[in-house]
Parts: sequence; C-alpha cells; structure tokens
Amino acid sequence: MISLDLLFEAVLFGILLGCFYAAVSLGLSVAFGLLDVPYVAHPALLILGSYFTFLLSKTGIDPIICGLLLMPVFYVIGIALYRFYYETFERRSSDTGVRGLAFFFGIAFIIEVCLILVFGVDQRTVSATYIGSSLEIGEYRFPYRMLVAFGIAIFLTTLLTLYFSKTFNGRAIKAVGQDEGALRLMGANPVKIKQLAFGIATAVNALAGAMLIIVGPVEPAMDRIYIGRTFCVVVLAGLGSMSGTLVAGLILGIAESIVMMTLGASWAPAVSFGLLLLMLGIRPQGLFGR
Amino acid sequence: METILEVNNVVKQFGGFTALSGVNVNVHKGERLGLIGPNGSGKTTLINCISGAFTDYEGAIHFNGQDISKLKAHERTKRGIARSFQIPRPFSSMTVMENLLVPFAFVGGKDGPEQQAEAMEILRGMGLADKAFVQSNQLSQVELRKMELARAMAAKPKLLISDEAMAGLSGNEVDEVLEILFDLNKLGITIIMIEHIMQAVMKFSERVICLDAGKIICEGTPENIVKNPDVQRAYLGD
Amino acid sequence: MKYSIYAFIALLGFLGLSLMNVNEYIFFAGFVILQFVVLATAWNILGGYAGYVNFGVPAFIAVGAYTAVVLFKSISAPLVVQIIGGGILAGLLGLTVGLLTLKLRGIFFSIATVAVVFILETVVMNWRYVGGATGLQLTRPQDLWIFDTYTRMLFFVMAVLAIGSVSIARYIQDSFLGRGLRAVRDSEEAAECSGVPTLKIKLIACTISGALMGIAGAPMPMYLSYIEPTATFNLNYSISALGMPIIGGTSHWIGPVIGALLLATIQQVVTVTVSNELNVLVVGVLLVLFVVLAPDGILGLIKKWKQSSK
Repeated sequence: MISLDLLFEAVLFGILLGCFYAAVSLGLSVAFGLLDVPYVAHPALLILGSYFTFLLSKTGIDPIICGLLLMPVFYVIGIALYRFYYETFERRSSDTGVRGLAFFFGIAFIIEVCLILVFGVDQRTVSATYIGSSLEIGEYRFPYRMLVAFGIAIFLTTLLTLYFSKTFNGRAIKAVGQDEGALRLMGANPVKIKQLAFGIATAVNALAGAMLIIVGPVEPAMDRIYIGRTFCVVVLAGLGSMSGTLVAGLILGIAESIVMMTLGASWAPAVSFGLLLLMLGIRPQGLFGR
Repeated sequence: METILEVNNVVKQFGGFTALSGVNVNVHKGERLGLIGPNGSGKTTLINCISGAFTDYEGAIHFNGQDISKLKAHERTKRGIARSFQIPRPFSSMTVMENLLVPFAFVGGKDGPEQQAEAMEILRGMGLADKAFVQSNQLSQVELRKMELARAMAAKPKLLISDEAMAGLSGNEVDEVLEILFDLNKLGITIIMIEHIMQAVMKFSERVICLDAGKIICEGTPENIVKNPDVQRAYLGD
Repeated sequence: MKYSIYAFIALLGFLGLSLMNVNEYIFFAGFVILQFVVLATAWNILGGYAGYVNFGVPAFIAVGAYTAVVLFKSISAPLVVQIIGGGILAGLLGLTVGLLTLKLRGIFFSIATVAVVFILETVVMNWRYVGGATGLQLTRPQDLWIFDTYTRMLFFVMAVLAIGSVSIARYIQDSFLGRGLRAVRDSEEAAECSGVPTLKIKLIACTISGALMGIAGAPMPMYLSYIEPTATFNLNYSISALGMPIIGGTSHWIGPVIGALLLATIQQVVTVTVSNELNVLVVGVLLVLFVVLAPDGILGLIKKWKQSSK
C-alpha cells in the first residue's frame, strides 16, 4: 500500500507536470483542435524548439529568453508551413486525408533524423540559475525548474485563452473551425485567419520547447513519446477547447506521476497512450469538446 | 393512396441545439413531394435522418410499412431509399461507369456485363452516355449532379431524395435536371425534392411541405404554399 | 491466368536462387527486402485502398514476432505454425484497433495505431518470459529442409510470403471488397448511401492488413536468432511501410512492390555505405517529395509519361 504522504507528493508533482503537458499541447490544440490540420509533426517541432533553445542558450542567454526570442522565428515557420499545406493539400480536395497525414509524418521524421545527424543521439541540456536547485516547503521539494515551467504554462494558457475570447482575430480563429462561410460573410479571409492561427500555434511551440529542455534533458527521438502526450491532452480535452487543455493536462500529469511512483518510470509512456485509446474508445469528443 | 414513407414525431438534437422538433410526414407512393424552407430550417437534417446518415434521433421512421429507425444508411439503401448530395460526392478516382457499378455491386449484388449495359441505359437517359469512361473528377457541375442522380438510380430505389440537385446551375441546366426527375417519377419512383429554386419546386411538386426552425409550418399544393403568410414570413422575415 | 503463371515463375526463380552457389549476403539482404514487400503490400490494403493511414506498423510486426517466440519457446513450434500464429494474433489486433477507432475520423485511427505501439512495447518490456527489455537469444532448429543454410531457407519462406501477400492484395483489388474500399476512400458518405457496408469493409481490410504484417514479422526472431523490444517496436518501420506504397503508387497492387523493391534496396546500400540514420532520411525526403509533387507515385508518373508520348 502506498503511503498517503507519497501519494500527495506524487499528486503535487503531477500538477506541475500536468500544467507543463498542457502548455506543450496548446499549439496542437489550435492547429488540430480548431483548424483540423492533421498536425502529427507538432511534437517534432516542439523538440526542434528545444534544440534551437539549446543552441541559442550557448551564447549565454537565459533559456526562457531564448524561447521568447525564438517565437517570432517559429511564427514565420508556422505560417510558411500552413501556407504550403493549404496550397498543396487542402486546396485540391480529393484524398487529402492520406496525403496530409503522410506529409506531416514525413516532416516529423525528417526533423528527427536531421537533429540526430547534427546533434547526435545524446541528450542535451541547458543550464540556468533555477535549474538544479529546489524550493523546500516543509517536507516537500519542488524543483525550481518545474516551478518555472509551471509559471510559463499558466502564463501561456491564460494568454491564449484571453486572446481567443477577447480579440477579434482570436474569436475569428475560434469561429473559422466551425463556420467558414459565416466568417467570409463578415469580411474576414478564412485562409489568412487559419494561417495566423497556425503561426501562433508554432510560435507557442518555441516557448514550449524551451520549457521542455529546462524541465529535463532532450534527445531527438523524444518527439515520438510526445505524440502520445500531446494528442492525449488534446483528445481528452476535446477538440476546440482551450481551457479544457489545462484540465486534461492536469489529469494526464497526475496519472503519469502516480503510475511512475507505483509501477516505475518504464510504464510512463503507456499512460498517455493508454488514456488516449481509452478516450477514443468511450468518449471521442473528449471532456469538453464540441 | 399507399404510404411509402412515414416520419413519426422525429426530434433531432445536436448538443443543446434542436434541429428538428417533432416532424411528421407521410409520403405517398409515386408522389412528387417538394420540401422547402429557409437555410438552417432542418431540411438536410430531416433528409439525413431518413437516409440513415443520422441514426440517433427520437421518433420513428417507417418505410414500406417497416420500422427502419435502427438501420444504418447502407441497409436503408438496400431497402430502396436513395439520395443525392447537396455538394456532389463523386468517387473521384473512378470513371462515371465505375461510380455506377458500386451501387450495382453492393445493392444488386452483381457488377458484370449485364449491369454495365444497364448502367449505360441509365447514363443514356441522362445524356451522360458519352462520358461513361471519363474519370468523374473531370466532369462539369451539371454533369456531376446528373451522375449523382444516375448513381442513386443504380441502387434501384423506390424512393429518391434529391438534395438541392439544381443549386448553382443555369436556367437550361435546371430544366435538364428537372426533366430527368420527371422521367424518373414516371417510372414509378417516389421523389422528394429539396430545392431553393422556387419555379422548379412549383413546376415539379404535387405537394409541398415547408420547414422552418425544425418544424413543419405549412403543407399543401404549390399554389397554396406560395400564398401562405407563414411561408412568406419564414423566407422574408418579419 | 497470366498472373498465376508469373507468380509461379517467380516462385521457381526464388527457389532456384536459394539453391545456387552465390554470396550468402544476397539472402541476408534479400530477406529484408522481401519483408518490406510484404509490409508495403499489407499497409497498402488499408492505406492505399481504403485511405486509412496506419502509423503503428511495428506493433503488428512485433505481435507476429513475439507470438512466434512464445510458440517456439513453449511448444517448439515449427516455423509454419509460428507464422500462422503470428498472423492470426496480428489480425486480431487489427480487428480490435479497428473496432475501437474506425468509426471515427481517419486521423484518430492513425494516432491510435501509434498508441498501440507504445502500449505493447511497455507490456513486452516488462514480460520476463520473452526476455523483457534485454531481449532473448534463440537457437535455430536444425531443420533446413532442402537448403544449405537457415538464412537461405528463411529467404525462400519470405519469398513465398511476399508472393502470397501480393496475390491476396491483387485478389482484393479486383473483388467487390476492392471496389467498396475505393468507394470508402473517395467518399465514405456516398459509399454508405450506395449500399456499401463501410464499417464492415474497413474492419475486414484492417484485419487482413494487420495479419499480413504479423506474418512478415513472425520469421524475424529466427532470422536474427534474437529478439528485443526496442528494435522490434521501432517506428522507423512505419515510415518505410508507408513510404514505399506512396512512392510506388497506392492504387494498384504493383505499386507497393515497386516501392518496396526500389527503396529497400536503396536502404541496404545506404546502410552499408553511409549510415543507418541516413536511410530513414532518404525515405522521409522521398516520401514528402512524392506526396507533394507526384501523389500517384511512380505508377502515376509512368501513366503520365505514357499519355504524353502518345
């Protein structure tokens, strides 16, 4: 039997982990949840963000700042990627399903292999003042790097939720997934809106990637397990639900934390993928989905 | 008159939104029924419930005396209900002939030379015979609409639902499609026509039903429907 | 009738080759290439014909391989039984995943297939009987039938499996099932309304596809005399199994064969001369290029070239 103390600690750690998972999945929530793009390359771009952060941080800049600096770069990458996807696949209807999926899968693999060729398979880390030490409250230790990630996660989630509900462009993005026709009547260009959304989603990946390498070491093949974590969060939340992403992330984080404590770290990958399959089987629209 | 389709108190909800709130329709065998209503009134939802695209509605639907409410779409097609789609959905990797051979194979059970000859007959009747071996993604809009109807015919239906088959077509093209629908009706097929083109509905229908906000607000002959104040209000607003 | 003659000649050819006095390496490499013919053909039955993209190819290969290991270890089952067992269980996996997700949109099926890979890998890693994370050494039986080495025999077995799977794919393509799958791929809604029992047809394709992948995986433990989870569950199999049919051409059974023969051979050359990672890069880049520029694959390019030279 597990002691209540250990369980509590696992839950606390799970909350931190969960917020981190939520933030890391926000980009996918927008790209796939709202825009319906089969963006299986999202985790690969996340890892790419981590590696760019790693490179940039070698100049001495704090990793968080690196992430912020990379956001405009990734924004442009996101716009270019969506533009390309749209022109090549969405425009010419017929059979987009297979080709779009295969395209992003191929991109993910290319990114992963290029990272291996350039950086090798070893893990990479960054260093900062807050990495390595922990905050001690009573008997519990909270690693500072987790708290930092937690803070960034809350910041990002709040920012995006506000953006999507308060700004014109943000609301347009939410609408374009549901009713393109109405949007066109309002004078907005659906393609430009989707482009903007994809750019934002990818920019978020830059900061999320920085968070990833702050929280722990990164290696090129990590995109594979993050397919599970990010899609689990997005499916659990329900497509199109931003705030649901946070709740879903928490559920996953706590579940993974408890499993890791009881069964060991080797069972961690199975949690996200298992939860994903469970949701697909019993409630595919997620907890809060439309 | 024999009833071929009975729609009994059908209610369909999407989450919190009620698309159909208790629709009752009896369609007679061999009838030409027009279904009109402003956008969002529930016409396509009703059709989807009848054709089996939706099976999670309340109420009952009987076809030829049998309760089909629990049957999936392909089973209803085998019983004799065929439909065309508002936005044509051709099997774009196949030729026109191959498109027709799908229902022949899955509804009729055979797709040999006999069925190919039958398919050619159907295509001839629609003026598509010369396009039989053209890949369907090369067809023009009106040709696609006709192929939709031809494919529905290949399923040997007793009831055909034409969902806005004339939308976006020119005057001549509308007449072409209208003539096809008349010809099909002469063969004994009951036809439900959903259209926004009022002249076509008036010309074609023996009886017209008007839907608004998920309810039937009026039912009658074309002349009476046009004069009905509720119908006018639904279309033009207060 | 013509196809069966070609198939028979090919069978004789492979038999003859395995009995000839040539470099043993041909059979090592040939086994892998033929394995990819089976995998690509299997993938295409669901991916090319029906339009559902399976990213979790290694899960099915692994079910085949590990079933073979269990059968071999527990009852010293002969190779044929291992292969049949692997095929049956992998087929069941296909059916299960299909029942769970084929009612949903295509991308959910694809993600579910990735999930199966990780879940099964985690289970196997914790299963001592088949070696867990460290793997298991296996001693090959002495039964070589008419061949000089065990590898030659495995090569011929894989050739039989390859010809068999291609024949199955060809049969499906020309049957009602193939017609229905194509209709589902082009427009699932219109297929339903044309009388096609879409869910049933998708499940059949998924089961057959999975079973064939399991059959491709079953001889692997004997080929390597060893099995361990990381290599068996490697997602690299997915990019190859999906790249080869897309590059070769997905609408006809010969597309995956062309894609597999071409790409697997290139992969062997690249792995030996340059590096292992590079061969995945080659497939990835070619896949993206073809998906963007030549979606109908090599078959499509050939068709276009024939039409323009008329």
